[in-house]
This record gives sequence, structure tokens and C-alpha cells, in this order.
Amino acid sequence: MAIDILAEKGVPLDRQVFTWRDMVRQPYSKLNDDAFTRVRVILMNGIEAEALRFGHSAARMNKALQVPLARVRRIEQHQQTLVNWLNPPDQSPLETTIGFEQVAIEVTAALAQHEPDSYLAQVYRFGLLEDFDHMQRYAALLDRVEGKDANTLLQSYTDIRPGRPTKVEHRDPADDLRNHYDRTTAQPLTKLNASVLMAAEHQTHDYYMNIGPTFADPVARLLYAEIASIEEQHVTQYESIIDPTESWLEKWLLHEATEVYTYWSCAQQENNRVIKDIWTRFCDYELGQLHFVMDLMKEIDRRDPEELLPRELPDPIKFESQREFVRRTLEAEVDLRASGPHFIDVSQEPGDAPSVLQREQLNRDGSPSEIIAEGYRWVPGTELADRAKAFRGNAEGRIS
Amino acid sequence: MSHPTKPTDVGMNRTGVAVSPIDSKEAIDGAIEGTERPDASAAALEQVRLDYSREATPVGTMPPPASPKGAIKAVVTAVKGKHAMVFLDLIGERLAFERTGTRLYEAVLVKLAAGSSRDGGPDREDLERIRDDELRHFALLQDALISLGADPTAVTPSADVTGVASMGLVQVVTDPRTTLTEALKTMLIAELADNDGWLILADMAERLEETDLAASFREALDEEEQHLARLRTWVTADLDAQAGLEPRPVEPVEVPQPPG
Repeated sequence: MAIDILAEKGVPLDRQVFTWRDMVRQPYSKLNDDAFTRVRVILMNGIEAEALRFGHSAARMNKALQVPLARVRRIEQHQQTLVNWLNPPDQSPLETTIGFEQVAIEVTAALAQHEPDSYLAQVYRFGLLEDFDHMQRYAALLDRVEGKDANTLLQSYTDIRPGRPTKVEHRDPADDLRNHYDRTTAQPLTKLNASVLMAAEHQTHDYYMNIGPTFADPVARLLYAEIASIEEQHVTQYESIIDPTESWLEKWLLHEATEVYTYWSCAQQENNRVIKDIWTRFCDYELGQLHFVMDLMKEIDRRDPEELLPRELPDPIKFESQREFVRRTLEAEVDLRASGPHFIDVSQEPGDAPSVLQREQLNRDGSPSEIIAEGYRWVPGTELADRAKAFRGNAEGRIS
Repeated sequence: MSHPTKPTDVGMNRTGVAVSPIDSKEAIDGAIEGTERPDASAAALEQVRLDYSREATPVGTMPPPASPKGAIKAVVTAVKGKHAMVFLDLIGERLAFERTGTRLYEAVLVKLAAGSSRDGGPDREDLERIRDDELRHFALLQDALISLGADPTAVTPSADVTGVASMGLVQVVTDPRTTLTEALKTMLIAELADNDGWLILADMAERLEETDLAASFREALDEEEQHLARLRTWVTADLDAQAGLEPRPVEPVEVPQPPG
């Protein structure tokens, strides 16, 4: 169902109100809810985290925007709280990590397929194969340290198998920067896609940096240290594709449009009725915030925001398994490496390339991602289910 | 939890591969294709754990004596040398456990209020009595540490480690979604550990010839044994009732009255 974001004014800011009990609700069920409900909750938390992050950066640089930014930020803070607190307390930080990587794989794969800019689609596929590998590493960690099966969270939507090996993902900082879209010619969808992925990767980085030290096992601490470093690279990549010549207000406007687009996408596909109502409510809130910023743009920048926005939102982000696309990408592009903003085959990467030297240095004492996943193959019920076969009878009708 | 849905009702649990056989087959085939030579030995993981373990320092150490009296006591027990610190560490551990135990039972009382009472299960008075026992044991251990010249507010290494081990207990009983049965099963874990903890402590007090302390610790152990016996009865009766089984004959548990 299309939505005319220029005509739909949503809920005005003064009616976007909360109570603490409204913000802290019954979480989704780790066991019963669809994995894509968790994916949407994690994604939207990332979108709201980016709204706050951007709002603070903008406030530091723009005196005239400080009050309106503070007003909107306070609402975003409470939106983020409501969304993030939907994560249930029986879902450990490592289990939530599996959810983060499912977001990174499935959402990136969906965006890569509907991205109109072929270079940026390539950028997304490049990042996708790296996060895909992280899933294998974290699944091995969950299995080998806690004796738990990552697929109980993924619900068989997402493969658990190696991607571009994490140990070769470490690059020279200059090899993480990409070419940006041109704000004057890029399609609105291109801008929205870039904004979504930057937000998702940034929250992933911040989450790993926060929870990494809460683990006792040294291999877990090492693995989070390693993958958090890759996520920092991914933030570098995704923020570099956004045109830096956009004005602060233009960026703010695009942030609000992204929030409308993502909540709207979530509301279309959510099958948890309570959470669907939240997505719908927040879509209306974001429309209100979008129009608030549109008015500011007219007033302060003397620009017509309608020139920057599509009248109708693009097709919603597809929250569904992208297995076949991921497999095709893996087959064709696993051996790509970055050289500046370009992608090259591993055979073209000189032995003394800055990224090669960078990863040799970091991996000199061993690679955490290799250590945890050495010989790891996911099987239903954990790796131990295979080892336990020797002790089992021949019960008929068993699944594995 | 007051909701009519029970966790043992059949619902839409999506965690198993049987729920999505087509996707699951794909996932299994993909994992096989992606990992040609599986090796479940995890030898590298073990080696890193070993490397770090060999270099690790403890989570912390014991605090210095809290008072001149403590210093004197330390001298008096010099013959027992290092045993004194081991003893104080154990007392610190039980103190922390009893303090958390009091809070755990407070949370279980809410479970009782939120759910429906069941035959053979605890009533409010039962749980309040155990909670009060835990609080009294906490006080007993505070006095014990002070009498030995130690600081009862310090977190000893064993108190810290046991606190980490108990984190899941708190997480379960304070979750509004968990039932009274699930909370009682969780308290069974706590009481099993607590029983052995008191047994070890009382035993050590005797061997260190701390006669008065040993006697009071034995008394606490007796009470903890009653807690454990009662929890076992409640959990069993609860599960039997849910499974539609005939109630078992219940051996009466002697409940000692609190002093004073």
C-alpha cells in the first residue's frame, strides 16, 4: 500500500507523547515470534540510534537548529527505548548478536537487489559477504562456548556457512572508503538505502563494543574485538557513500524520510499484532517529524523540501529470506578485495598492498575468527548432536 | 504471571528445524556445502583458553583486617594461617548468597500473588518464612565476620564468583513472563547450592575449632535442609498436577519455628 509522504502529515510533535509504562512493554518471544520480528526490532533500534547520533552531531555544528533538534531527539530517545526494550531478557547478548548478523545479511541482501545504482549495489554485496562470515563465527561461538544452536534464532531463514573469511576483511583505512552518490542526481531510494545501512552497521559496531567485555571466555572477547573492528570499517564504508555536500538540514530531512520508510516497511510485514501497532504508530510519528523538518527547511534554508523527497515511498524493504541471492553472491564475489573505492579480485592484490600488511599485523598472534570456527560446520541441535550420535539409539521418526 | 496461556500449552514455538522443513533442509545442505572438512575438536579454542588461563590473575583478593580486633584475631589464628582467609572467604560467599536469596524469595512472592494457588504448593506464609530465614542467616553471617574482625560489607572473591553464577537465578525469578513453577524450579537450584555451601562452611568451622560459629552454622544448615525438602515437594506436586498425575503421598516436613 503506497503512502504519499508529502500529503500525509502524521502526528504533530506535541501529540507524540509517552509514559514509562508505555515504553517498557511485554517483549517479543524469543521462542515463538518470527525471526523477522527480531530482525525488525534490531533494525529499528539502529535507525533510532542513528537519529540520536545525527541529531547530536548536527546540534554541535548548528546553533539555529539546537532547539528543534532537541525537541525531536527527545521523542526519538523514547521511540528507541520502546523499540529496543522489545528485546526479551531471556535472549543473551550473544543470541542478540546472532539477530544483529541476521539483520546485516537479510536487510543488506534485500537492499542490494533493489538498489538502482550499480556501484552501490556492489558495495552492499561486498559488505554482505563479510557479515555473512561473521554469522558463521558467532554461531560457532554460541555452539562451542554455550552449547546452543544459532539456528533456533535464525529459524532456517539464513545459512550458517563461511563467507569472505573475517581474517581477510581487515583493511587499510583508505581501502574502506567508497565513492559517494551525487545528491543532485541520485534517486531517493539510493539515499534511503545508504542511510539504512549506515544506521544498521553503526549500531552493530556500538553494540559489540558494549557487550564484548561482558564475556568471560577469552575467545569470545577476542572475537568481539575482531568483528567490532570490521564493523568500524563498515561504518566507514557506508558513511562514505553518502554525499558529504548535503546540508545539515538536507541530511536531517533524509534521516526522517528514512525513518518513515523503515517503519512503514516494518508495519507492512509484521505478524506480531502488538508490534505491528507500534510500527504503525511510529510511522505516523515520523511523518510528523518529517513535516516538522520540511517546515524548518523552508524557513531556514529557503529551500523546497519537496524537491528532495519522493511523493510516494519506494517498495518496502523485503523482510524475507534472501538465501538464493546470498548464495549467488557468495559464489561470484567471495574473492573480491578492496583497493581504494574499487573492488578487485584477490589475485590482483599485491603482496605488499597496505591492506595485506594491515591484516598481517593484526593477525600476527592468531586470528580469533579462525580460532573459534576452526572446522566448524553447523548442524541442527549443535555440533554436539553429531558427537552424541555414537550414544543414540535408532528412534524412528527423528528429524536429524 | 496471570495470563491463561501456560508455557506447556502447544503453541507456535519456531526454534526447531521441524517447524520449517523445506528451509531447514536448505540450511543443512548449505552448511554441508560450505564446510567441506568439518572438525569438531575445537583444539584452537582450547589452546587460547589455556594461554589466557596460565597468565590470568584472580578476580580479586581478600581485604585486609577491618579492625585492630581483626588483626588480633588474625594472630590468634596464625597457626591456622592461610585457612583463616579461606574461612572468611567462604563466610563472605554465604553472606552474599543469603542476601541475594532474600531478594529471590521476595520476587517469588510476587509470582505467587500473580498466579493461582495450587494444592500442594507453597502459600504466602511458607515463602515469607523462608525469606525471613535467609535474612536471618545474612545477619548471622554479618555477626560472624565482625566477630572474626572482618568487614561484612566487603565482596570476597568467592562472593563475587558465586554472584556471577547466580545471575541467571535473578534473571528468571524477576522476569514477569516466568511462572511460579519455573521460579520454584529455579529456587531449587539455589537451595541445592546453598545446602552444600552451608555444609562446607559448618564443616570448616568445626575443623578450625570455631565451636560457637560451627553450632550456629549447623543450625542454619538444618533450616536450609528444610527449605530444600519443601521446595522439592512443591515442585514435584506442581509438575504432577500440571501433568494430570495423581498427587503423591507427602512426607511431612518439620518446619522449625524461628527463634524469638
